[in-house]
Amino acid sequence: MSSEIAPHFSSKDAVVCRGVGKTWAAGTKRAHEALRDIDLDIKPGEFVVFLGPSGCGKSTLLYLIAGLEDATGGQIWSFSDKVEMPSPERSLIFQETSLFPWLTVWQNVSFGLAIRGASQEERRKVAAEALQRVGLIAAMDKRPDELSGGMRQRVAVARALAMRPKVLLMDEPFAALDVQTRARMQDFLLDVWRDSGASVLFVTHHIDEAVALADRVVVFTSRPGRIKTIYPIDLPRPRNLFSREAETIRIQLTELLRDEVDRAFAEQEAFATPA
Amino acid sequence: MAVVTRDGEAGVAAGASRPAAATRLLGSRLFASMAGLDWLAKVWWTCLSISLFAGLWELCWAMGWADPKLLPPPHIFLGNIAEQGRFFNTATRWQVGTSMTEGPSAFESVLITGAATTARVFAGLVIASVLAIGVGVLVRYYRFFDRLVLPTITLLSPVSPIAWLPVAIFLFGIGNAPAIFMVVVALFFHMVLATINQIDTVKTNFINVARTMGASKPQIYARVIVPAILPGMLQVLRMNLFGAWMVVLVAESTGVGYGMGQVIMLARNTFNPSLVFFTIAVIGVLGFAFDWLLRMAQRRILYWLPDTAERLRVL
Ligand SMILES: Nc1ncnc2c1ncn2[C@@H]1O[C@H](COP(=O)(O)OP(=O)(O)OP(=O)(O)O)[C@@H](O)[C@H]1O
Ligand SMILES: [Mg+2]
Repeated sequence: MSSEIAPHFSSKDAVVCRGVGKTWAAGTKRAHEALRDIDLDIKPGEFVVFLGPSGCGKSTLLYLIAGLEDATGGQIWSFSDKVEMPSPERSLIFQETSLFPWLTVWQNVSFGLAIRGASQEERRKVAAEALQRVGLIAAMDKRPDELSGGMRQRVAVARALAMRPKVLLMDEPFAALDVQTRARMQDFLLDVWRDSGASVLFVTHHIDEAVALADRVVVFTSRPGRIKTIYPIDLPRPRNLFSREAETIRIQLTELLRDEVDRAFAEQEAFATPA
Repeated sequence: MAVVTRDGEAGVAAGASRPAAATRLLGSRLFASMAGLDWLAKVWWTCLSISLFAGLWELCWAMGWADPKLLPPPHIFLGNIAEQGRFFNTATRWQVGTSMTEGPSAFESVLITGAATTARVFAGLVIASVLAIGVGVLVRYYRFFDRLVLPTITLLSPVSPIAWLPVAIFLFGIGNAPAIFMVVVALFFHMVLATINQIDTVKTNFINVARTMGASKPQIYARVIVPAILPGMLQVLRMNLFGAWMVVLVAESTGVGYGMGQVIMLARNTFNPSLVFFTIAVIGVLGFAFDWLLRMAQRRILYWLPDTAERLRVL
């Protein structure tokens, strides 16, 4: 793979991936190719949803964009900076909740500020604002293990927002929530997104969620994950999810996904039963 | 629309939290009163457990199965505390011109000797933990330190503390220092390895969260890794507490200083089973108290941990 590609893109783009690949444990017997040849441009303020079969490398791509892992091929830029390290400008909300159990809710939310040495009052103020947004201001002084799974995930969202990131990376953040709460969280996320002007990269398994949220849906193939299609959704916002257009989009996305999910299953089965 | 949504959100949150708060208050009150009973119950069970053991022993004596000269039952070896206590005066025992009847009273002797041994255990435990956690963290923090130090530590950790006894005497002669050295040496190597193991099992997500927030390496160690390994480390400390008590007796009994170990040795040499059992009882009480204190400290420091025992009890 070409290692040095000239960055021919508008330097204002929020995220640019060029020929990005990731092989876990590269160069060993356990080498495992998760992603191949990802080319992706994400505009500032754009809402992009990643859709793909389980194990196709969606989380991996978010990790690469966050700078937590190094790509084994290609390059990633964010606002014309090469991504080499994590940065507070790119907040990642993890698939599993990862609040620190030894801190209270508000201390968790303001952890990033504490890192920068902000004063106690400032931290409490910012945390209160962020918790207000997720409707958990009352839980400010609680500890994470006193909250329900959904509440914890909302705290994680508040924690990411408190950093005022330019790119918000979300890995199935609402997967554990019931349908009503999820719908609420989606509305709330859209509010936050509109106010903040951040780009959002959002991984989900729910086609409904993609239709509700996305400007563009990136559909991945089964492993190694490549981009199968980028599907734009031009429905006006706020969206009517029961309209005929929404229904058409849902059907088309389902079609796109079905073959890939079948293929992923077949492969994982073959993997589990040695020939 | 946005406003409506947000209001709705707040309304739901407030509505949900009010009954929840009420139940929690009730629950906590109930729990507080239960906790009071719980404490009493614990004392009661402890007493029962000990009396059962003592009772069995007394029974054996009453039936004539246990020879009171070899296995004197509790009422005998506890009965003449005043007399046995005199032997605890090991500090002045060897001084010329001091008779058995001079010096501190029996009770004071027991207290002094017990305190001396406890202080050694405590000092050894503190020094060993500070050194071990420090070295363990450094090993993971600096790769070169890892390569330089870890092989030696791994090599020395299986060596029995008894093997260090001559070294303790060569280095420190007799007194407090060799006994404390023995405790430190017995705990240090294991605790370093335990610390490293604890660090290696910190959830990757915790570290990644801190990294995405722009935390530096020292900040990640101070704010994430240390609190994350604390529960495990306190557990390791508690396990090692008993090890410390065992080693300190060995160190004291072999001539490094005075203390409970010396009393046991004296009892052996003068063939005094009563004194042996009395000393064992004192050591048991001291160790129990020490463990209890550590558990209290653990609960204070690790306020965020749920009570695991409670969770298992419902099974
Ligand atoms: N830390 C890791 N080390 C080695 N292999 C990994 C690691 N993380 C993920 N993988 C592998 O990379 C592939 C992609 O994993 P990833 O977690 O990105 O999938 P995903 O698309 O997020 O799946 P899901 O939708 O189930 O969360 C999988 O086959 C997985 O086994
Ligand atoms: Mg994933």
